[in-house]
Amino acid sequence: MTAKEIYERVRELCPDGVGGFDEEVPEPFFKVEPARIQEVCKALRDDDALKFHVLSDLTAVDLPKENVIQVVYHLYSYDSRQQIVVKVDVDRDAARIATVEDVWKVANWFEREVFDLFGVLFEGHSDLRRILLPEDWVGYPLRKDFVEQEEYDGISTERAPLVPENLR
Amino acid sequence: MPITNSLPETVFTTRVDDLLNWGRASSQWYMLFGLACCAIELMQTGGPRADLDRFGCVPRATPRQSDLMIVAGTLTYKMAKRTRLLYDQMPDPKYVISMGSCSNCGGLFQMAYSVCKGVDKIVPVDVYVPGCPPRPEALTEGLLRIQDKVMRERWLVKGSAAAEAR
Repeated sequence: MTAKEIYERVRELCPDGVGGFDEEVPEPFFKVEPARIQEVCKALRDDDALKFHVLSDLTAVDLPKENVIQVVYHLYSYDSRQQIVVKVDVDRDAARIATVEDVWKVANWFEREVFDLFGVLFEGHSDLRRILLPEDWVGYPLRKDFVEQEEYDGISTERAPLVPENLR
Repeated sequence: MPITNSLPETVFTTRVDDLLNWGRASSQWYMLFGLACCAIELMQTGGPRADLDRFGCVPRATPRQSDLMIVAGTLTYKMAKRTRLLYDQMPDPKYVISMGSCSNCGGLFQMAYSVCKGVDKIVPVDVYVPGCPPRPEALTEGLLRIQDKVMRERWLVKGSAAAEAR
């Protein structure tokens, strides 16, 4: 199936909240409304024509100008050897989206990582803790407006002035 | 004023300080502390070509038996706390070599949010070895500088810096 056919099949299964298809990029994608993500993901996994049994990656992009954090799902099907990317725009100020942990188990750690670095709350997640950064870390460092603290746990974050014009 | 040695074949005279320091300098056991790619060069330095063992410098897997900590690699804030803990677990007298740009100042990754800007923000460092990563020769030189430092210490002199530190 081509990306276009995959998109049309998803439109048949879930007519609402699916759109924004783009195949003029190396990895074709379509967009889904945040409220519909679980429904669409279940359709992508369970439909006999699609069979996206693997969530290869779940990540996010911070887009401050649009005031959006884009959660990106990379799906792959070993049965039909096809791939598709699903993107969901969530509000940057209240970044919340339903978990897909009960669709693909692997989403557990991916979603913890996105929560850790972007501060997206995955509702219904079984264990939403920081996964990479220390538990007492302040802020979400991959957000564009992240400001480094003066010190972390008593350790100064000041850099040595080796090449002053390149620092800070 | 040297004491005349009447039996040069069998008797050797020295100062007690020098004897103690020679023993310590020739058995600087280092803790295995590879954090990133510098650890590969650290392994090479311990390997047969550079052969750090010939200076009496052998790897230990525990801080309790170590005299020297070679911090080899990028130090993150998460690891920094563990580094301090491991340093505190080492028995005195203890020395630290900061190996490579990352542990010297954060190096290539110093603009990252998670990287500690130098191991000297956590523990006192005796020798900085520059390089990214330093060659085994450079690390060997770092060890020799540590040995020089050990040989200069005067543990038995009342009021000396080394004696005060003890």
